[in-house]
Amino acid sequence: MQEKDIANTAGGGCSQGSCGSNAEQMSHLPDAVREKVFNHPCYSEEAHHHYARMHVAVAPACNIQCHYCNRKYDCANESRPGVVSELLTPEQAEKKVLAVAANIPQMTVLGVAGPGDPLANPERTLATFRGLAEKAPDIKLCLSTNGLALPDHVDEIAALNVDHVTITINCVDPEVGAKIYPWIFWNNRRVRGVKAAQILIERQQKGLEMLVERGVLVKVNSVMIPGVNDEHLKEVSRIVKAKGAFLHNVMPLIAEPEHGTFYGVMGQRSPSQAELQALQDECAGDMNMMRHCRQCRADAVGLLGEDRGDEFTLDKIDQMEIDYAAAMAKRKAVHQAIEADRDAQRAAKARAAAGETLVPITALKRSAPKPAVAEQTRPVLMAVATAGQGVVNQHFGHAKEFLVYEASPAGVRFIGVRKADNYCEGGDTCGDGETKWDDILKALAGCEVMLCSRIGIGPWETLEQHGIRPDNEHAMEPIEDAVAAVYREMQQRGKLDDPAHSMPVSA
Amino acid sequence: MALEIIETCVNCWACEPLCPSSAIYEARPHFRIDAAKCTECDGDYAEAQCAGICPIEGAILDAKGLAVNPPGSLTGIPPERMQAVMAEIRAR
Repeated sequence: MQEKDIANTAGGGCSQGSCGSNAEQMSHLPDAVREKVFNHPCYSEEAHHHYARMHVAVAPACNIQCHYCNRKYDCANESRPGVVSELLTPEQAEKKVLAVAANIPQMTVLGVAGPGDPLANPERTLATFRGLAEKAPDIKLCLSTNGLALPDHVDEIAALNVDHVTITINCVDPEVGAKIYPWIFWNNRRVRGVKAAQILIERQQKGLEMLVERGVLVKVNSVMIPGVNDEHLKEVSRIVKAKGAFLHNVMPLIAEPEHGTFYGVMGQRSPSQAELQALQDECAGDMNMMRHCRQCRADAVGLLGEDRGDEFTLDKIDQMEIDYAAAMAKRKAVHQAIEADRDAQRAAKARAAAGETLVPITALKRSAPKPAVAEQTRPVLMAVATAGQGVVNQHFGHAKEFLVYEASPAGVRFIGVRKADNYCEGGDTCGDGETKWDDILKALAGCEVMLCSRIGIGPWETLEQHGIRPDNEHAMEPIEDAVAAVYREMQQRGKLDDPAHSMPVSA
Repeated sequence: MALEIIETCVNCWACEPLCPSSAIYEARPHFRIDAAKCTECDGDYAEAQCAGICPIEGAILDAKGLAVNPPGSLTGIPPERMQAVMAEIRAR
């Protein structure tokens, strides 16, 4: 049933804007699924503007090696999976979660994602879940795994109400897998090559099937590695969707020589933003795609894209006295206020759509009537600086990332996240002014407009010189409304009759 | 006859639960193997379990002091390539 409903939203590619699990797409999902994801920032693009998540680093051990991972790495300035600064015991993790939940009431989700594999450390991971299921029943529990040990733990996972599991599946073909995984540890041996990949793939697929049978919501993460599995991921997407995965998250490979990973050292390139987007669009023909992933650390805390881990180090939480009953009441009130806000935003959108003739936002829906006017104007990419709540509310200078939207006569669709403070390269390049502008311009490649709440005159001029028009006229407006309004202005001023003058999207 | 964990260990805990002799223990700055207890898994497994799961090349030495997992054997990165890239990074 879930499959059928997802298929309804997904068939025929996403040029009409049905990609990403946005509000419109959510409305097609069965109630039971919608109930599970409406406030889960990692499973719902819309929810991620409002709700926060945290990971606790309780799982240090791993049972496989991936060519994009280096177990030696631990840097406080890095934001990528597998990296972590402070390993926690289950008791410490529980205390940290309660402290964060009390202080960041919009935190709804606790995940165990490493820094190794949560199910290669089943006692630590499950002890953490057990403690929290009892003490903080208002927090959703999830975990992310490579899948090798998954079939052995599916029943415990389901029994503990861990209702969101992410499996990283990079391939379904062992020949491809042998280029991604040098070895696995299986049945008391280190197994290598195609045989290792074959075992891993079988276990991943079996785990996926078992979770779906038990009603656990499954997201599949795939790392896009150009020349290795990029074409192959289309098949992966078809297969995992057919088996009942709810969402597919195709993420770009992160590989720099400084990371000391096989891919980094051997010079394997990462995909360009255009390549990633093209593959996500192709896979979207088959299933729900996720485009707002931040590939966060195994100890991240806060809204996606922010990390407040520094506020909750072990020595700091030791000083905190948490009354969780009181915190739970406060959390409930905050969640109700967020939902009231979201309802108001949705209602305003519906009203705008009813009276709108040019660019109805709700034309995201296939069934919505096509606008009669300006059918011909070209699509425009716009970048948005936001600190959450689904509105344009961030100073350009504070933006560490931009959300990119495409506006067209068909509506506004979310394209993806572009990080502007790219992965730390260590040493002298950290925080360097010129490097920062390089990162920002790379992040904004292909965008013609950058919406923010405020921006200084210097940066304004720099952006204009690079063909990107800054816009702070729509501060505090809901993002999709603001993007649609700017698009209408461009239509009315005849700006869309010419081909795009900005740089094409590229790395 | 005993294996040894040396300072390149990253304290990932992977080996500790696998040891059939309970010879591995948490210590600072890194995990250690109790040489009196270690059997190199002889009689229990075909290969030493700690060295079989350890992700760090060179972190576990055999009784002769040689790396059970020498450079390049786990990551697949040829050692000369690793050295060249690291030299390049240092020269920046």
